[in-house]
Amino acid sequence: MTEPLLQIRNLHASIGNKEILRGIDLDIFPGQVCAIMGPNGSGKSTLAAVLAGREDYQVTEGEIIFNGKNLLELSPEERAREGLFLAFQYPVEIPGVSTATFLKTALNELRKHRGLEPLDAMEFMSLMHERAKLVHIEPSFFSRAVNEGFSGGEKKRNEIFQLAMLEPTLAILDETDSGLDIDALRIVADGVNALRTPERAFVVITHYQRLLNYIVPDIVHVLYRGRIIKSGAKELATELEAQGYDWIKETAEAQA
Amino acid sequence: MSENVDILERLTAADYQYEYGFESQIEEEVVAPGLDENIIRLISQKKGEPDWMLQWRLQAFRYWQHMSEPHWANVRYEPIDYQAISYYAAPKKVSQARSLNEIDPELRQTFERLGIPLHEQEVLAGVAVDAVLDSVSVATTFREKLQSLGIIFCSISEAIREYPDLVRTYLGTVVPPNDNFFAALNSAVFTDGSFCYVPPGVRCPIELSTYFRINARNTGQFERTLIIADEGAYVSYLEGCTAPMRDENQLHAAVVELIALKNAEIKYSTVQNWYPGDKEGRGGIYNFVTKRGLCGGENSKISWTQVETGSAITWKYPSVILKGDNSIGEFYSVAVTNHRQQADTGTKMVHVGRNTRSRIVSKGISAGYSQNSYRGLVRVNANAENARNFSQCDSLLIGDRCGAHTFPYIEVNNPTAIVEHEATTSKIGEDIIFYCNQRGLDTETAVALIINGYAREVLSKLPMEFAVEAQKLLTISLEGSVG
Repeated sequence: MTEPLLQIRNLHASIGNKEILRGIDLDIFPGQVCAIMGPNGSGKSTLAAVLAGREDYQVTEGEIIFNGKNLLELSPEERAREGLFLAFQYPVEIPGVSTATFLKTALNELRKHRGLEPLDAMEFMSLMHERAKLVHIEPSFFSRAVNEGFSGGEKKRNEIFQLAMLEPTLAILDETDSGLDIDALRIVADGVNALRTPERAFVVITHYQRLLNYIVPDIVHVLYRGRIIKSGAKELATELEAQGYDWIKETAEAQA
Repeated sequence: MSENVDILERLTAADYQYEYGFESQIEEEVVAPGLDENIIRLISQKKGEPDWMLQWRLQAFRYWQHMSEPHWANVRYEPIDYQAISYYAAPKKVSQARSLNEIDPELRQTFERLGIPLHEQEVLAGVAVDAVLDSVSVATTFREKLQSLGIIFCSISEAIREYPDLVRTYLGTVVPPNDNFFAALNSAVFTDGSFCYVPPGVRCPIELSTYFRINARNTGQFERTLIIADEGAYVSYLEGCTAPMRDENQLHAAVVELIALKNAEIKYSTVQNWYPGDKEGRGGIYNFVTKRGLCGGENSKISWTQVETGSAITWKYPSVILKGDNSIGEFYSVAVTNHRQQADTGTKMVHVGRNTRSRIVSKGISAGYSQNSYRGLVRVNANAENARNFSQCDSLLIGDRCGAHTFPYIEVNNPTAIVEHEATTSKIGEDIIFYCNQRGLDTETAVALIINGYAREVLSKLPMEFAVEAQKLLTISLEGSVG
């Protein structure tokens, strides 16, 4: 078997004095789509934030190896340049910076890190036009300030568009389905599916099974109270949908 | 949240390097501190001025003695002791220099370090420079070329001697000596500055530029600039300024008057980078300036563009009096404050003539513990039929310890006027920075990107060569300011 792209060992993280992740072990392999499900407050978004390097959280124990590197020693921008991408649950608006300028600057930073020449304006524009089609983004978006005045659905599509442009090796989708109607959900899912490659892994964080009908996971982990309490194949998601989280909570508490 | 505050703390504490903080070892003649009629007589005598000029100064001084320092601006500072300031400082070797080649090498070096070479063959293509150090104009480049078009571009001292009729006709007509406390002080003691006259129908083919430098300790700088565009003339003018880093505050009280006659246009741009003080708020320039333009003739146009990054305190309102029918006034401003800087700046657009139009675009950026206020007046007089104004005042906050304030005053006395005011406030917080970081941008790059996007509308109004400089300056001023 190939080496894992991401290895998480005994990860503990807190915000303030409150421990949220309480010993997570997880391996993610190249090309894998890994779903992380769990009830509200189980630590799903915290895990995403810790992986991306948000400073509000302190890692108190454990280690994370990404691409053979100690992830916890890298700054958020270094992690991004190493190929880690987070599609935000609540993408921010960046006043005054057009999507085109923003992505061009970001992409060229990544290329610099990989020892590649920056793309010139022509190459960049044609890449934008090509990738925008994946998530049905109109070229008129390119000149608008990043996410400014975008609807919830547009912001989420814009996240996937950025993913398509920046071509990470590990993409974390943090509740990308929240606030999307069924049509928007399908567009986002189709975009993600088109971006699957044998090298690129996805971590799909979601509360509901709905998204997983469209982005079919290789493995499902259930997070509860900061620990992974159950793992299984894609059928586990359907089972959760049918029975709710109570079933699994009871099992977990019986074991504890 | 406490983590966020720590990040802010760390980043705002990062050392900011003021690139122009050096002091030149130039032999200077500095008169003893203090202000009375004798000092004014001495200044006038040193400049070889005619008697009318001296009388004008003395009259201004008498006005000033009966005026009091204004305190309505949203700025705080210790009282200024006007008797502790020296009102005249001049490099010793300038007076003898007859050509650019005769300038004291140390002086020349000073301007070279500032990026203002005084050799004509080396200067920025298409820019004529008048360089002012402390109280005197050091050199003016490209004079002969301009003279062949009938354009007069020289120091104001020289203009008073060589073109007294022009100076007498216009000096003090837009900013009268009793206009305000600092204008009165300037009128009494102004030591140098630039003068420009563009004759009827002439379009000045190059950018004119004055570079102001304060060097001597404990001196004030009081320069006076007078620009006249005669009928159908056009001129674009740029002002730049820097000063050494010192722990004490220095006063800069300038007056700029612009006069545009019928069909004339003046474009005045400022990149103000006086020493802002250190991050604790020690030292820095008090920049108390009166700038006003008169659109005297019909179809005339005056446009102010300013990029304000320096000074401990900035107090200035470049204004336009729209007297001529169909005249146009514009004000484009980016004002950046960081650390303990304070700025109270904006404009006044006074609509007097018919069909007059004005446009105000103000972008304030506050970081650190600074306070940044926009203060603007749009007045439409009773006879100003069909006046139009559009104002856009945006504030950008970096971190949560700075302040942004907007004081728009609108006085409309004619029912046909259309006055629009729009304002926005945004904040660059940790969320935006983290989002950018997550896309591979480091914090400095992210801030530069946001600031330049935000200020683009104003920067695009600057002459090309300076837009690039101004963009860099914005980024440098905000280095380490972000959270």
